[in-house]
Amino acid sequence: MIRIENRNSSSRLFKFSIPIISAVVSLILAAIPLAFAGANIGEAYFVMIKGVFGSVFAVSEMLTRATPLIFTGLAAAVAFRARLWNIGAEGQLYLGAMAAVAIGTGVLDINGFFLLPIIITFGCLMGALGMVVPMALKTRFGADEVVTTLLLNFIILIFLQMMLEGPLKDPMGLGWPQSAPILDQGMLPTLLTRMRVHSGLIIGLVLAIILQIFINRSIWGFKLRAVGENIFAARHAGIGVNKSLLGVAICSGALAGLAGVSEVIGLKGYLTADLSPGFGYTGIVVAMLAGLSPIGVIAAALFIASVFVGADSMSRAMGVSSYLADLVVAMSLICVLIGGFVSNYKLTFTKQKKVTTK
Amino acid sequence: MSAQKVLSLRSLSKKFGSVVANDDVSLDLYVGEILSLLGENGAGKTTLMNMLFGHYLPDNGEILITNKSNQMEQLRLGQPQAAISAGIGMVHQHFTLAENLTVFENITIGVGSLWALKTDKKKAQKKIADIIERSGLVVALSEPVGRLSVGERQRVEILKALYRDARVLVLDEPTAVLTPKEADVLFDNVKAMTDDGLSVIFISHKLREVLEFSDRIVVLRHGQKVGEMLTKDADEQSIAKMMVGESTLISKRVNIQVGNPLLSLEKVSMKGSSRRNRLVDISLKVHEHEILGIAGVSGNGQSTLAELISGLQKPDQGEVVLGTSTVKKLNPKVIVKAGIGRIPEDRHKDGIVGNMTVAENIILESLSEKNIQKFGFLNRGSINSIAEELCSSYDVRGPGIHAHARLLSGGNIQKMILARVFSRNPKIILANQPTRGLDMGAASEVERRLLEARKNGSGILLISEDLDEILRLSDRVLVIHSGVLTEIENMDREQIGLMMAGESL
Amino acid sequence: MIDILQILISESFWAASLRISTPLIFGVLGALLCEKSGVLNLGIEGIFVAGAMSGWLAVWLGAGLIGGVIVAGLAGAFFGLIHAILTVPLGLSQHVSGLGVTLFATSLSYFIYRTALPNVSSPPRIEPFRPIDIPIISDIPFLGEIMGQQTAMTWLALLMVFIVWFVLYKTPLGIAIQAVGDNPNSVDAQGLSVYGLRIGSVVAGSALMGVGGAFLTMSAFDAFFFGMVNGRGWVCIALVIFASWKPGKALLGAVLFGAFDALQVRLQTEVGAFVPGQIFLMAPYVLSIFALMIAARKADYPRALLTPWFKGER
Repeated sequence: MIRIENRNSSSRLFKFSIPIISAVVSLILAAIPLAFAGANIGEAYFVMIKGVFGSVFAVSEMLTRATPLIFTGLAAAVAFRARLWNIGAEGQLYLGAMAAVAIGTGVLDINGFFLLPIIITFGCLMGALGMVVPMALKTRFGADEVVTTLLLNFIILIFLQMMLEGPLKDPMGLGWPQSAPILDQGMLPTLLTRMRVHSGLIIGLVLAIILQIFINRSIWGFKLRAVGENIFAARHAGIGVNKSLLGVAICSGALAGLAGVSEVIGLKGYLTADLSPGFGYTGIVVAMLAGLSPIGVIAAALFIASVFVGADSMSRAMGVSSYLADLVVAMSLICVLIGGFVSNYKLTFTKQKKVTTK
Repeated sequence: MSAQKVLSLRSLSKKFGSVVANDDVSLDLYVGEILSLLGENGAGKTTLMNMLFGHYLPDNGEILITNKSNQMEQLRLGQPQAAISAGIGMVHQHFTLAENLTVFENITIGVGSLWALKTDKKKAQKKIADIIERSGLVVALSEPVGRLSVGERQRVEILKALYRDARVLVLDEPTAVLTPKEADVLFDNVKAMTDDGLSVIFISHKLREVLEFSDRIVVLRHGQKVGEMLTKDADEQSIAKMMVGESTLISKRVNIQVGNPLLSLEKVSMKGSSRRNRLVDISLKVHEHEILGIAGVSGNGQSTLAELISGLQKPDQGEVVLGTSTVKKLNPKVIVKAGIGRIPEDRHKDGIVGNMTVAENIILESLSEKNIQKFGFLNRGSINSIAEELCSSYDVRGPGIHAHARLLSGGNIQKMILARVFSRNPKIILANQPTRGLDMGAASEVERRLLEARKNGSGILLISEDLDEILRLSDRVLVIHSGVLTEIENMDREQIGLMMAGESL
Repeated sequence: MIDILQILISESFWAASLRISTPLIFGVLGALLCEKSGVLNLGIEGIFVAGAMSGWLAVWLGAGLIGGVIVAGLAGAFFGLIHAILTVPLGLSQHVSGLGVTLFATSLSYFIYRTALPNVSSPPRIEPFRPIDIPIISDIPFLGEIMGQQTAMTWLALLMVFIVWFVLYKTPLGIAIQAVGDNPNSVDAQGLSVYGLRIGSVVAGSALMGVGGAFLTMSAFDAFFFGMVNGRGWVCIALVIFASWKPGKALLGAVLFGAFDALQVRLQTEVGAFVPGQIFLMAPYVLSIFALMIAARKADYPRALLTPWFKGER
């Protein structure tokens, strides 16, 4: 007979090691699909590692890939801490990106010193709006935010296509559905010459540290945690639950919006409908791997970005589908979920005693 | 009652980790008898019954039960299915009914194969009708359980056991949710069933009922059997002493002159969907140096009244007055700011955030205070020293102030809540079922603190199902039934009991 | 206005509506079965993809159409089992686990598809289900015309509505499933297995979802595309709430949704010149949100939905 018992306390080290073990396990499990695809497994892992750490350029690519994941990972982490299920980061990312091109492509032709903060602020606001709407539907109509944010992702993506074929379309774009380029002074500076890694990464790192402090040390963070862990007790204790959740929604949406802004004004310079290969959804995995800790988000985003970049170069070199990366990411989420269970509970195996009848 | 055994528990022991829940407990049950199993919370009654019912596997010991041909036979342990088919039925304190299903569906659930495509409904209905006729447990079979009253639900639970041909019926604190009158009806029904050959194990801590109702008494303390006697040879003092061990100090209430009104409700009404959440034209006043007791069977509007005073609900009509000023915007924040301390009914749901630390739980209501925060940030040093101090002065025992609150035991959680409430020196205290589920030590600590607060000038609204507690502590008593409050002229137990059942006098 | 009326009374419109709603019928029934037992299954979106891919691949590899449907159902059941193990005995967050299953099922399907067909520019086609003609029914005016255009999978979907209703409300098994979604202790106290009932419901519900996905590649189209599920799974989750967890209402919700989708396609051709086409594309998702807003407050949630249950904890 198997019994599940609540582990009274698990050591910090143990909790800390679970995401790492999960990440490693998911990488090991990747051998199965690799074998299925008929690749030489040892070579595949070698190519992947080389593809991420083999050169400064490779590392720069990995950091570039990690940047939006830090933002969407933070967006999910903050929301999930308060048990607000924001699954809409993908849509909010595009809202932020649209805001960036709406302002940054020539409407405001001013000095970059002023233009950059305006673009960023407007992008955050639009992202926040993308989460405030489902929040309002939740408080006003009781509509589950999971479903509404998921559906909004599709609505926003279609809206984006409409904008890219309409008001935001580049008149010089030869008919492609893409926006005009961002003004030069509206672009974030890159960090290394001839590399793509840009200062959006710095913004992400700073925000992660700030959030870490705010969640653990501030009254705002205290309320957020209380609401997340037990909404009834929080309400009973006089914490303004709806106000707290609204704050979380704004913060989460703004972070997701910032991911879009950073991709547009840090990397691409213009907006297309394939700006994000699912950064919003991957952000959820990042947050879960991070144990919903903002600092942890940085490490988790670096790991996931490595998987993507490594799998890409492996795919180019060996012809294995790059969907392998998505597969590893999904498996790492499932592994970390199981790991979280192991850290909270322990299984004890008791043998059923033989009963002898007199 | 005959001399023939139906069930025999032999030397049952059970440990959880290092905690001994049952230590070498043996007892016999005879055909047609009502056996009372007495003991404090945590004495091991529930564990013993869970072993009988196959929910827990004993570490040691065996259970014998008579089979169809009256032979004593070993019961396969740790298997609920085996216990059910051996004829053991249990009525849990928390009902195990599916509210979205009908009475009939609840009674017949799990009898026969799950994979049957057709069931003989007629035959089942006839069997239930027979049982109802013999036992007097009347209930409408086609009604969804969600619409039944608590008493009716309990009848469904008993019918469920009888439908499975139970010969041994365990009733776990069956009267906790009933009015005295409903309880009498239940006792009559159970008596009728024992005349039919049913044997009953009756778990309770209400001594009065035990003495009136049972044939024999077994007392458990700290997981051991400490006494066994025929009910006719027992008296209240002796069994109370057996349950508790050395007598604990019960606080004495001294008379104090009450002061000015602190909290008033004036003609407050709540339109609820049932008697559970309805209040009808309620007025009350709590004064300085006063404990106002609200007696009543649970589910008659107490929770709604408490939620109102906690600020969780707004009245549809009427006013809430603090001191002399009417509260315009009623919400928990305003209530906390006004210095009303609240001991919630469901301490796990409303009282604590289980996954936050003890220290964080202690300051949950004090976030805006100067020694707690600096510029919007938590002042950890000051919080820790406050928590340490309160934990020692309120005797909160556990793995320390940095451990998660969910790791504390029920009694220590309540002490932690007391620390939070009383450290804010509240002028008004709402104590909703403050001793429910606590052992006697923790319960008397709660009562002592309430009386001390009264002495220091606080006004206390005490809501409790435990009529003895109400009578022991209160200066005045109101009875609530179906959302209507009635003032009691003289504190007469009989009279209050009748009013709890909704009799107008 | 006249145009819309003409559309609404045409057989071809309702035939299209029913066709569009078929995968949703499977999906809503599957999600309903999971949720009735107390488990939210957000894996549905990925399970649709897995069903669509695996069913199509099986047929392409020569398994035959019925074999394809069975493979799709098994694929759904497999991912359902993962979700069930994570959420029922392990009691992990149903939200996160469901999203994990969606990511896993989607990426695994894409990976297998790409590995099986590494270098194809246009996806290969299979011979899909054809409309079946049932003599007596096709003679009925209007309805006969509508049903005459449906394939065996649509008939199967309609049959499943009846089967799910019958099992849930008329058999001891269904009563037990409803009970476990309302109060797990009620079945535990009778010695029935809470875990068994929940895992079984989730696996069966997920198999239905898998078959729903297969409809896309084996009946609606004849090939597999990336992104072809396109949020249909999430729509089903909204429709279950709209249907208040009742199979009959679920059918109604799915068909209404299909009708709306069919209508927007036709309107697009009528007035597409004046309004950007995307407005119409958005409509189904917007409609789902509206359905949720209308139904959420008064919906009759299974009381134990989202609440894990552990043995011995009361």
